[in-house]
Amino acid sequence: MKTKVIALAAAAALVAPAAFAQDDFSAQLKARQGQFRIMALNIGVLGGMAQGKIDYDAEAAQIAADSLVAISGVHQGKLWPEGTDEVMLDGTRAKAAIWENFDDFASKWGDFGEQAAAMQAVAGDGLDAVGPALQQLGGTCKACHDEYRAPED
Amino acid sequence: MRRLLTGFIVLAALIGAAGWFLSAPQSADAALYAGLEGDPAAGERIFHAAGCASCHAAPDAEGEARLVLAGGARFESDFGTFVAPNISPDPDEGIGGWSLEAFATALTKGVAPDGRHYYPAFPYTAYAKMAPQDVADLKAYMDRLPPSDAGSAPHEVGFPFTLTRGIGLWKRAFLDERWVVTDAPGAELERGRYLVEALGHCAECHTPRNFAGALDIGRWMTGAPNPSGRGRIPAITPDELGWDASEIAWYLESGFTPDYDSAGGSMAKVVTGLSKLPDEDRAAIAAYLLALPRDG
Repeated sequence: MKTKVIALAAAAALVAPAAFAQDDFSAQLKARQGQFRIMALNIGVLGGMAQGKIDYDAEAAQIAADSLVAISGVHQGKLWPEGTDEVMLDGTRAKAAIWENFDDFASKWGDFGEQAAAMQAVAGDGLDAVGPALQQLGGTCKACHDEYRAPED
Repeated sequence: MRRLLTGFIVLAALIGAAGWFLSAPQSADAALYAGLEGDPAAGERIFHAAGCASCHAAPDAEGEARLVLAGGARFESDFGTFVAPNISPDPDEGIGGWSLEAFATALTKGVAPDGRHYYPAFPYTAYAKMAPQDVADLKAYMDRLPPSDAGSAPHEVGFPFTLTRGIGLWKRAFLDERWVVTDAPGAELERGRYLVEALGHCAECHTPRNFAGALDIGRWMTGAPNPSGRGRIPAITPDELGWDASEIAWYLESGFTPDYDSAGGSMAKVVTGLSKLPDEDRAAIAAYLLALPRDG
């Protein structure tokens, strides 16, 4: 009995430091938050034009839309390993629900890609086309954040 | 000794009777609703401003499916988990058979047709400030939405909160039809106040609550803990928010903050509703928020 306890304690001692030295996933957090920042900067160009805060410029709008499409092509699997939710880690607002419904989460990323492509197709066609496309694009941001992103601390 | 005991029993009975009397359900004033005709087209605007679909659409519903008010979304709180009921026009599982007066009593008094008090998770403390014509218009619109035969799940609350009669006393203390911001000069601020305090029920999340779960109006819109998980619901007083009128209006239309972050959590659903309002309504909300006192 006593040896069993000692063996268990020894085993625990071996496991504990391993758990402690676990990856802090900071690379994944930086990567995924960075891609959202790139999205925000480029949507900001299109939104500023739609709002009338900056003058419409077909070339700048096209570049912004192209960048959004490029981001949408980044495969997300690598960026969202299990255990990188807001309960497990500081510095993220990703809800654990992502991993309970990963297929849905992935399909919402796909929806963003579709709307980014739709924007790419019309961004150079004038301001009247950008507004409605932006509304659709913004809808895909909200649709995902609604379920999978926690409020700020 | 026996007389003392009798005295106690009589006293307890009197307190009980007074409590029973004070906690009695109130009905909407029938005279306010007599002869009102609802206009469904006007009701659509009320529906989106009041955020009905934010809570009563099925949890996964998107797009047009958000007009099926089947319920089922779960709301955790300190008092238990509330489950949104079916308020689609289905006559059996929804509210299809209700009269305008019953609908008004639910919205503005928080009382069900069978006389039971609703839990204040249903924001009738805000809807109590609704104009009767808007209540009629909203009903006319909701009557034309698609029905759902999904059954409503019971709320998951523990004793003593299962004794809903006590909510009648809570209402005596906290159901107040008066405006929080008493001074709203001009049509735009008045409209904004109506949209924020009555229809939009923004304070339900953005204002902290007291020990009894009622809004602490002394700290109006100064932010609060997230009732359903980690994090905080932000303050939206002008000093804390730091956005100008066009930025607030744009956020409510597009979901984008001034630096193009995007609305998350429950606010994403709120924006989905508010984005369907005319521009002047979002501008009025912005004007109201910018006129709020600084935090504190």
